[in-house]
Amino acid sequence: MTAGVIRTQRPSARQRAVGERARKSLGRRRAVNGVMLGVLATAAVITVLPLLFILGHLVTKGATSLDLAFFTHMPTPVGEAGGGMANAIVGTLIIIGLAMLFGLPVGVGAGLYLAENRGAWLANSVRFLSDVLNGLPSIVMGIFAWQFLVRPMGHFSALSGGVALGVMMIPMIARTTEEMVRTVPTSLREAALALGYARWRTGLTIVLRTASAGIVTGVLVSLARVAGETAPLLFTAFGNQFWSTSVTQPIAALPLQIFNYAISPYDDWHRLAWAGALVLIALILVISIVARVATRARFDMGSGD
Amino acid sequence: MAIEVKSELAGLADPRPANAAPAVTPERTRLAAESLDAWFGSIHAVHDISLPVREGSVMAIIGPSGCGKSTFLRCLNRMHETVSTGRVSGRVLLDGADIYDGGVNPIAVRKHIGMVFQRPTPFPTMSIRDNVAAGLRVMDGHVSRRETDAIVESALRRAALWGEVKDRLGASALALSGGQQQRLCIARALATSPRVLLLDEPTASLDPASTQSIEQLVRELRGDVTIIIVTHNMQQAARISDRTAFFLAGDLVEVAPTESLFTSPSDPRTEAYITGRFG
Repeated sequence: MTAGVIRTQRPSARQRAVGERARKSLGRRRAVNGVMLGVLATAAVITVLPLLFILGHLVTKGATSLDLAFFTHMPTPVGEAGGGMANAIVGTLIIIGLAMLFGLPVGVGAGLYLAENRGAWLANSVRFLSDVLNGLPSIVMGIFAWQFLVRPMGHFSALSGGVALGVMMIPMIARTTEEMVRTVPTSLREAALALGYARWRTGLTIVLRTASAGIVTGVLVSLARVAGETAPLLFTAFGNQFWSTSVTQPIAALPLQIFNYAISPYDDWHRLAWAGALVLIALILVISIVARVATRARFDMGSGD
Repeated sequence: MAIEVKSELAGLADPRPANAAPAVTPERTRLAAESLDAWFGSIHAVHDISLPVREGSVMAIIGPSGCGKSTFLRCLNRMHETVSTGRVSGRVLLDGADIYDGGVNPIAVRKHIGMVFQRPTPFPTMSIRDNVAAGLRVMDGHVSRRETDAIVESALRRAALWGEVKDRLGASALALSGGQQQRLCIARALATSPRVLLLDEPTASLDPASTQSIEQLVRELRGDVTIIIVTHNMQQAARISDRTAFFLAGDLVEVAPTESLFTSPSDPRTEAYITGRFG
């Protein structure tokens, strides 16, 4: 703090020595800084390397098998050329839709509760347990859905697959919703209350609407995460070689089809598995990009053009 | 700051009751606080305040930071109790009926007593029109689209904003300037025809030009709506109010016609404050 005082005297011998030491150590500090920066940059590059590698590999292996037929045709028996994964693509969309139907209202409702009742013992317990649920292995979720849906129903079904994925989405959506709702200023809630809005109406029409762009992003991110899940579908949706859109019947799904084709001994199926993996990744990429764009739209709005 | 004020005032404590009776008897009282106390947890923020407000008049509440003036204002439309630790005792009579009566729904109270806050609070997801109409949506009975349009226009006219926004009612409310946003909030509060309008330092976050337009607006609304305005700014209180109440450390020190309060305050603490010796 005394450095701010203007010195009128010449620097003492001791001060000169300190200055000399500082000059000498500067080179060393610069070198250390450079090394550390290099280490961190390497770590950052390694982070994205697997994605680039996977994408490149999938494109080289799968792109050649991708044609219109892949999207419009049913799987063919072994040995027959052509064929596609139309049923699996539609099946995945149906399962994701069911998961949304189940996970979205519960997740958003829970998130709103967590944000508006901070400190309540129930909110604290739910927040903690939902974090635990978030970390639960997905195969456990599959077994859970099998136990409570597949067994009572007596057969595999799209519905049970959707529920399994929906349950996985709930904690992710709940935490994003909570974070987003917390960014809505108290002054906005008070403004609504002062107009004669009831608390529930303030929450639904003012708070949730204001936070909606961020919540949409969170929902899409969770959707992208569960869209590629295989393990929970093994005991629930099960897969289907035929065309089915019934929610009470076993249904095909891209991850399952990829799994089944990849472990088969046939080259044709291997190629289709690569193509399927490419389509699945593309689907997830598209969802993620839409999520990004939705987030950006939110900030544009916030700046008040 | 409040603590500083207290220590400074220890030497000149006044033995008279905090709420000396107003010199002029009101013609018709619109809103009256009676023995109102308010707490935040164990902090006693507002002490036994009785304050009647005449119909159609402008009442200004002045005082240093932390004197309880905003808390008092928030008791008048039952907003204070929305804070988790907030507690109120006493009565607030709106046209003779106690809004703290056991059977009264606070939500219904707030439909009759509008409020505008320190910072403009337009709803960011709504258009200008929808912001003004926001209060109508929770009114009893259905308001048709045509009625809504008419009310929106008249509210915006009363808030002196119509000319500036009539061509872009569908635009985002965030596109407006700070001063316009605040007038939009006033229009939103006026749209439901409240009996009383509470303004909590409405110009604290605005530039001088916007401040002037809000003050002009308050003068125009006078006689039409009963207004209670909390302000930091003594000149503002002097410019726009009929009566002024001076709060200090949770007490109502003095309430009097604005001119007499500023020219011949009856309490030495009021005099000390308005002559700039503290606050």
